[in-house]
Amino acid sequence: MMLLFIVFAPIVAALAILLGAPARRTALWAAVFTLAATFLLYFFAFEVGQRGFQYVWSYPISADWRLNFTLGVDGLSLVMLLLTALVTFAAIWFTGEIAHHPNAFYACLLLIAGGALGAFASLDLFFFYAFHELALIPTFLLIGIWGSGNRSAAAWKITIYLATGSFILLLGLIMLYRSVPEAARSFDFRALQKAASLGLIPAEAQGNIFLILLIGFGILVSLFPFHTWAPEAYAAAPAPAAMLHAGVLKKFGLYGLLRVAVPLLPEGAQQWSTLLIVLLLGNIIWIGLVTIAQKRLDWMLGYSSVMHMGYIFLGIASGTLLGTSGAAVLIFAHGISIALLFGIAGEIRQRTGTLLLEDLGGLGKVMPRAGLAFGLAAFASIGLPGFANFTGEVMVLFGAFRNGADPYGFHIFQIATVLALWGVVISAVYMLRAYRSVFMGAVRESWSGLTDLPRSLRLPIGLLLAMSIWFGFFPQSFVRLVTPTFKSYFTRK
Amino acid sequence: MSSALPWYILLLPFLAAVVIVLFTKSYRGLSSFISVAAVLGSFAFSCLVFATPNIRSLELTWIDLRPVLYVPLGFVLDDLSKTMLVLVSGIGALIHIYSLGYMRDDAGKSRYFASLSFFMFSMLGIVLANNFVMMFIFWELVGVSSYLLIGHWFERETAAEAAKKAFLTNRLGDFGFMLGILMAWTATGSVVFTDMEQQLARITSYPGYLTVAVLLIFCGAVGKSAQFPLHVWLPDAMEGPTPISALIHAATMVAAGVYMLVRVSFLIQAAPVALTVIAWIGTITAVLAALIATQQNDIKRILAYSTLSQLGYMVMAVGLASGEAAMFHLFTHAFFKALLFLGAGSIIVMLHHEQNIWKMGGLAGRLGITFLTFMVGTLALIGFPPFSGFFSKDAILALAHEKDPAIFWLALFTAFLTAFYMVRLVVVVFFGKPRSDSARAGREAPWVMIGPLIVLALPAFAAGFDFVAEFFVKMPDEHEAGWFVPGLALAATLLGVFFAVILYRKREQDPLDLALFRKRFYFDEFYGFLISATQGLLAAIAAFLDRWILDAGLVRGLSTTTWGVGSLLRLLQVGNLQAYSFLFGLGIVGLIYFTLFG
Repeated sequence: MMLLFIVFAPIVAALAILLGAPARRTALWAAVFTLAATFLLYFFAFEVGQRGFQYVWSYPISADWRLNFTLGVDGLSLVMLLLTALVTFAAIWFTGEIAHHPNAFYACLLLIAGGALGAFASLDLFFFYAFHELALIPTFLLIGIWGSGNRSAAAWKITIYLATGSFILLLGLIMLYRSVPEAARSFDFRALQKAASLGLIPAEAQGNIFLILLIGFGILVSLFPFHTWAPEAYAAAPAPAAMLHAGVLKKFGLYGLLRVAVPLLPEGAQQWSTLLIVLLLGNIIWIGLVTIAQKRLDWMLGYSSVMHMGYIFLGIASGTLLGTSGAAVLIFAHGISIALLFGIAGEIRQRTGTLLLEDLGGLGKVMPRAGLAFGLAAFASIGLPGFANFTGEVMVLFGAFRNGADPYGFHIFQIATVLALWGVVISAVYMLRAYRSVFMGAVRESWSGLTDLPRSLRLPIGLLLAMSIWFGFFPQSFVRLVTPTFKSYFTRK
Repeated sequence: MSSALPWYILLLPFLAAVVIVLFTKSYRGLSSFISVAAVLGSFAFSCLVFATPNIRSLELTWIDLRPVLYVPLGFVLDDLSKTMLVLVSGIGALIHIYSLGYMRDDAGKSRYFASLSFFMFSMLGIVLANNFVMMFIFWELVGVSSYLLIGHWFERETAAEAAKKAFLTNRLGDFGFMLGILMAWTATGSVVFTDMEQQLARITSYPGYLTVAVLLIFCGAVGKSAQFPLHVWLPDAMEGPTPISALIHAATMVAAGVYMLVRVSFLIQAAPVALTVIAWIGTITAVLAALIATQQNDIKRILAYSTLSQLGYMVMAVGLASGEAAMFHLFTHAFFKALLFLGAGSIIVMLHHEQNIWKMGGLAGRLGITFLTFMVGTLALIGFPPFSGFFSKDAILALAHEKDPAIFWLALFTAFLTAFYMVRLVVVVFFGKPRSDSARAGREAPWVMIGPLIVLALPAFAAGFDFVAEFFVKMPDEHEAGWFVPGLALAATLLGVFFAVILYRKREQDPLDLALFRKRFYFDEFYGFLISATQGLLAAIAAFLDRWILDAGLVRGLSTTTWGVGSLLRLLQVGNLQAYSFLFGLGIVGLIYFTLFG
């Protein structure tokens, strides 16, 4: 019931707002309730260390097809829910004055949140997919209707890309569903997991399905070379939409790989691991370099977010408990840092009307709160120790480096780790460069009258940063949550 | 006995930083008071820990995924770390107090003291860390606090650039450091120092692998301790407030690289090839930096290059397999270099932020105490007996004499240069006639700044004596008590003093003009070119291709033609996004329905 509340609170609120309830107040209350319920689940209700799903709630849809609407939570989905609730809360709080149709705007935000929460809490393929679609559509609308700059081109591009990705994903999921012998067929993750561990999914089918899922999920997560939609869309999107998509919804693809592709298709994952490594290095090195060359803050942030996906993919590709757990930490950590960065960048754009790096400068003097918050989030995102991002990166790098290590030479995983480590240098280059040109240096006359972030924003910013710092200094509390899930993946063989 | 005591040392400054940022930012006086109180508390607890034998500390877990990876948040409390604790918190405390005067009217005083406290937290963390990952955590935190403090006056373009440069150069070193940690961990199966030492055989059986790992770990020290070829950030770091230069960029943070190497000496001493490389990097740094220092005109930059050079000595000692000699010099250097910087700071403040030595002159009479204490620091630095630097430098020279004659002669040459550039500085700044109005009007600094000078002058003088130093550091093995090495060293020093006095007495401008040294061997220009020619170019190419090939050509073309979304929509005559989105959702539901249930 708790999960039902968490998932449907934002959706019901969205409907209420569409029917005329006061937009901001309703949305904020819905976000607060969702967050409170998630915290309740996290701190009190959830039993850490237990295998399998808890708080399972099921409603039969079709007995013939063994289709049920099932919600449940394990450590992995719990951290995803927590991330979603946190970022939603921040995104709604960050939403400023909406020029037209504010009700529709807030409803869209809440639908994204509800869709993401539903996808992360669903225990069957069908609703897992459907909830994600539910969240995707309002994302397109937010960009197309309330976006800035070249918004219609950006909206079309993200729509075409992500719709394509979704179709490929759907194809893969259907193939997956059909690969299991008739008698054992099910939408339920737990049943599928059992079938997989009994070896009911043949190896050759696994290879094909994994590739299709990888491409489908990959497009959704901006895996190289399917990434070009991301920076453009985030630059055009209103800040809260960018926060929610880059912070949460995009992570659906990674969650899907961790929840579906890796555990159900272990042999497929192995077959394609070289390809995945090549692509993810594209994310880290290629996109890293592209990020350095960016001249606008929002594009730079968009590209940086694409780049950081590479590390999460590396954790998934590492095929170790350590690396995979690190990927989960990074998903969470990146979600928080990128949401804050987009949020604050949006505030700056509102005040200056430009995010061109060479037009900005010295804002730290006139907007000290923004400077501090952006600085912390920026350092978090480039993996400064003390933030959860660093924890995740360390775990991913350690996990990947260890795979197949031998003292006489480097193999693909070691080479990938070295290059990924070089990416850490690259990310420091672009982030510090951007921070320097936006916040440091002399204040331009035209910016000397800017107002700082409102005091009230300290709450969402502080909350998100506090979570990141907590998991940065005490990651074990996070690791304990997700390892039971991942252990079952790796102990089977 | 397991105790939470050492945690107080670490957490007091951290709490101070947090409280200042969250609550007392707008109360500048209160902020500085909190920060000073915290560091004094840390110092008191450090002394307590220092005096308690066999103390063990509470251990927390950072990550526990045994048997693969176990990272505790735990402390190592041996003689080495205890000495460093007292040293870091002690000098830190003095510099906090000095800062009360130096930063009295600064608008960003709260921010300054918050960063300073945060620095103390990170630096003490490095000292206390009992494993590589934890050390790396604080290692990078030290980097970021240095970034904040160098960039304290961030409205100045030079300060903003210097801060960025310092952080990025350190990151470059950390790239190697982390890779080295990864390699060492993979071989030994642990990151905890004591466990690694026990499992050492698992890595020493692969000498090639070990050499690479050690050299990579050394990269971290090259960055943090500003050794050649990553030394370029330290002189620029002088853009920060002078107390910062004294604390971070002379006495403590830059010494962290040396401390780390000594901490893992069990590892590096098992790799002889790596040791040779380390010794030579140290030597090259010592000589190069000293050469550059002879032609600089900014008082802080001269001291910065001198720091580089002295760090070179320490790294040299590490490479000659004597952690004791390195630590001994680190110990004495921390006092006299902090003293010199603070002295320079009091000159700079009293001359209204004039840093060019040729605009000074004749200050000996007007800034009496500053002059006297500065002389103590200078004599210690140039290794004049019986000042502290004489003993610690002598230990390194004797070591070099014993192990590698080429390094010995270069080290001796560096000693000559050291005497030369320091006496040049003293002669130009303190003697002769004042060469500017501000130099004529200079007065002695307030007591809150002079006090720390006097306190530091004592150890700068006396820290080298056996009976003092023994108490804190493990003394290097007694070499043959010949007169040869100290005799030569003294001769080199006197020669340096002689030349400097002859050349610079009563000069209005520099009689020497050596562009190569003055321009710092063109390292910055070369690196600038290198970066724009490689990374900058690659980035531009990648960005171009990403935009015009990947985006415009391949993928977009593919998606539109293959999927025909565009034409499909034209067919349906609905050009707007809402309708499309709706159709999209409907289509998917239909598709699912027909594939599965149809």
